[in-house]
Amino acid sequence: MKSPQYTREIPQRYRLEAQKCKQCGKIHFPPRLICDACQSRDFEDVHLAGKGRVLTWTVIHVAPAKFDLEAPYVIAIVEMEEGVRLTCQVVDCNPEELALNAPVEMVFRRIQEDGQADIIQYGHKAVLQRE
Amino acid sequence: MAGIVGYGAYVPCYRIKAEDIARQWGGDPGAVKRGLLLEEKTVPGLDEDTITISVQATRYALQRAGISPAEIGAAYIGSESHPYAVKPSGTVLIDALGIGPEVHVADYEFACKAGTEAMFVAWSHVQAGHMKYALGIGADTSQGAPGDALEYTASAGGAAFIMGKENVAAEILETYSFTTDTADFWRKEHEYYPQHAGRFTGEPAYFRHIEGAGRGILEKSGRKPEDFAYVVFHMPNGKFPLRAGKLLGFRKEQIEEGWLVNIMGNTYSGSSPTGLAAILDVAKPGDLIFMVSFGSGAGSDAFIFQATKRLPEIQSKAPGIRAILGENRRYLDYGQYAKYRRKIIFNSPV
Ligand SMILES: [Zn+2]
Repeated sequence: MKSPQYTREIPQRYRLEAQKCKQCGKIHFPPRLICDACQSRDFEDVHLAGKGRVLTWTVIHVAPAKFDLEAPYVIAIVEMEEGVRLTCQVVDCNPEELALNAPVEMVFRRIQEDGQADIIQYGHKAVLQRE
Repeated sequence: MAGIVGYGAYVPCYRIKAEDIARQWGGDPGAVKRGLLLEEKTVPGLDEDTITISVQATRYALQRAGISPAEIGAAYIGSESHPYAVKPSGTVLIDALGIGPEVHVADYEFACKAGTEAMFVAWSHVQAGHMKYALGIGADTSQGAPGDALEYTASAGGAAFIMGKENVAAEILETYSFTTDTADFWRKEHEYYPQHAGRFTGEPAYFRHIEGAGRGILEKSGRKPEDFAYVVFHMPNGKFPLRAGKLLGFRKEQIEEGWLVNIMGNTYSGSSPTGLAAILDVAKPGDLIFMVSFGSGAGSDAFIFQATKRLPEIQSKAPGIRAILGENRRYLDYGQYAKYRRKIIFNSPV
């Protein structure tokens, strides 16, 4: 990823900044220009609290080259408490520990690098809540 | 009086046992464990580094402080393993946590002492009235060369401290620093692993500076070793801090609570700060806490803290460090460890 694009996406990648439609209340992540529920263009910024549950997941055994070292790893669709869904890795666990509706918490981690000399791209992944 | 208004510590969930490292290099596992007083050490996940550890520790510190991140006027990360040679760690941290852009950011380096440097400068800003809150962090994901004595201990973790003057949970009553030019441990640019001067890292380096700073702050404050409920020193292995305590007249019982090294290893810039976090997790109002860090090169920063009645109110607002160290431990064998720490040569693009 080029660093200008990476820098533009920092509010979402670093802080999980979402948008709440002022007309119908629907929360969008990532933000969009027009609300797909009511066609309003009037939004306010909200932060996702970083808690959610696993809706579904898959285990990647044959990974793209830059994720080679991490395989096998879990990619899940997580529904956040605010209702939005996002796709992310679930880390610090064995794939066997995943379960439908398992509660997760978002943590700040390294996501990828386009080669040794490139910028490190940070963002959020999920970890299973253990208490 | 200015002091700590929120604190947090974090270590990764991966571990390697000292005996597994010893076996790899033909060492005697029993002798290594006895010699270093070390069972196991933390290892960073493939997606963890000084920045991610600092972010997690600071999230816990913010939960305890109960303040808005935007009120933090300075953010300092002390580390000898900043992910970039050129590009600050602190900028990622502040944007991840919603601090700034009206904030002073700097990365500190001084071997294992960088964390207490960051804490010292953060506290100084607040004490001087330059800003309401300032953040000081010590975090590292340090590496020892394969087969080197440091490989048994070099681990990953960190702690973050938000300094302020209101709602203080632990006041800083006194500070003292003791520094000389002593070449006991170093790493030059483009070198992957550090060099050290073997036994020279003991008496003329660690013990001289810890003792110098320790005696200095006792004299400056007019306090005696028996006045303190808890004591924490830099913990490069299990034995050194216990001996340093004895030299300065402390009892083992004063050291034990912050002595995490046997199950954590040496988290370098995060070492004594994480030990301090373990103490703050249990200290009671009025307790005096004595802390001396050490960084090769060499120097020590000493602090005297006193817990206030606010401390018990914030202890449970984030996970305690002993609880973090105890849960979800994921053990690696030496081969997995070599992969996690990238000690083996891969084909690009890895
Ligand atoms: Zn709408």
